[in-house]
Amino acid sequence: MERFSTFMDLMMLANKGQRLLSEVIIEYEVQKSRTDREAVWQQMDQCLTVMEKAVEKGKNSQEKSVSGMVGGDARQFGEYTRENGLLGGVVQKAIQYALAVSEVNALMGRIVASPTAGSCGILPGALLAAGEVLNAPRGKIVAGLFTAAGVGLIINEHASLAGAAGGCQAECGSAAAMAAAAVVEMAGGTPDQSGQAMALALKNMLGLVCDPVAGLVEVPCVKRNAFGAVQALVAAELALAGIKSVIPPDEVIAASYEIGCLLPPSLRETSDAGLAKTPTAQEIEAKLFAEK
Amino acid sequence: MKGVFDIIGPVMIGPSSSHTAGATRLGKIARAILGEEPSRVLVKLHGSFAKTGRGHGTDKAIAAGLLGFSSDDERIPEALNLAAAAGMKIEFVRKNLANAHPNTAVIEMIGKSGRQASVMGCSVGGGNIIVTRINGYQVELTGEYATLITIHEDRPGVVSHVTQVLAQEKINVAFMRVSRQERGAEALMILESDEPISRQAYDVVANIPAVEVAMLVLPS
Repeated sequence: MERFSTFMDLMMLANKGQRLLSEVIIEYEVQKSRTDREAVWQQMDQCLTVMEKAVEKGKNSQEKSVSGMVGGDARQFGEYTRENGLLGGVVQKAIQYALAVSEVNALMGRIVASPTAGSCGILPGALLAAGEVLNAPRGKIVAGLFTAAGVGLIINEHASLAGAAGGCQAECGSAAAMAAAAVVEMAGGTPDQSGQAMALALKNMLGLVCDPVAGLVEVPCVKRNAFGAVQALVAAELALAGIKSVIPPDEVIAASYEIGCLLPPSLRETSDAGLAKTPTAQEIEAKLFAEK
Repeated sequence: MKGVFDIIGPVMIGPSSSHTAGATRLGKIARAILGEEPSRVLVKLHGSFAKTGRGHGTDKAIAAGLLGFSSDDERIPEALNLAAAAGMKIEFVRKNLANAHPNTAVIEMIGKSGRQASVMGCSVGGGNIIVTRINGYQVELTGEYATLITIHEDRPGVVSHVTQVLAQEKINVAFMRVSRQERGAEALMILESDEPISRQAYDVVANIPAVEVAMLVLPS
């Protein structure tokens, strides 16, 4: 079985066999799960289907969450961008899709944790929007999800994917890094460019705290997923232009681990500081907690 | 290292892998431990489950699990109504449990036949759970393996009798733990296996005279 622990390992495996990153990851999963390529591919294809359905559902929903804080923004944004907007099509789509999936999550709909439920909008937002603009066949997006998973495996080895451990950089930061690497591969970039995109995206989200209002996966999570999807596209495009991260991918992951450890517990999903302790948040929380 | 689908996955009903997906799994494993459909349930929610549970649908998720639903079942948001329609009475209370994991629930059930079970468990992240107590016994059970649980007389030979049954069925024991409350009275044993445990093997174990209760929990 081919082993990798760092992004450098992964890239060397890819370069040695003249393979895409996604091919190395598929092979890894086939070996690990002791099934065949077809089964592994089908399972990822089904994840993509769940993502697509969540986008469709969220785009058309006006429902609000139990707390009343989120819901309906993906639809509203879609209506606005039909005739207006400063940003280009791919960015607008990424924003709308990411909002849609995150809203479906907040409203107890079906999603794929990628890597977590709180960050579940970023991969579908970035990959489906890029897929449309690139006119990518479905297989390219499925392959992209494997590349994203590979980056997630590496981050999980050396840092964390849980907000309670590393703050939001571990959830939305990781998701953006995973998406950036995937979009580069979908656009025909090299494994090294995927690594650069991953590093650029994660660097930009280092230090991001997890301070959700009333402890719910709603504020600031839903809108942050939209930003995360766009950041992934920015990172991918920079890397595709040949621009490099001065700090290499594995060192950025190590930095995110260190920063996560240094974050006080009050800013790691406990809702004891930050946005969660603003007057408005406390008002909302008091009202929610008083009910029932 | 983990697998690809630990990172892209699980497919689940939102909004929270710990408070929703994990809570569903806790309800489901509690029902499996009871071994039949619960008719009356008291759920005690501790810590973050008590504090943010309502906004995360933890109550609906546990009810869904008690109905036997999986964590990606789109009926989870309606589970409280579905439970009521099925004649399952579920009461939720907030309860502060000393030294418990922040996402802990105690699920006390009475089944259709009158059988009772109490299950305490916590949701430890990513939809993963650990059952920490069954009927007052300290246990550690993840639900990732096929699991056979027995409550039996605490005397020589019972443990080997049970493992013999499994050996005859070519079932390899991966993890095993025996505990008891006092010597010579009643003991609890947990056997986790790599292979699926068949209904036949379970029936043979359940009919061993010294075995008072046997429970079969299959991975979900």
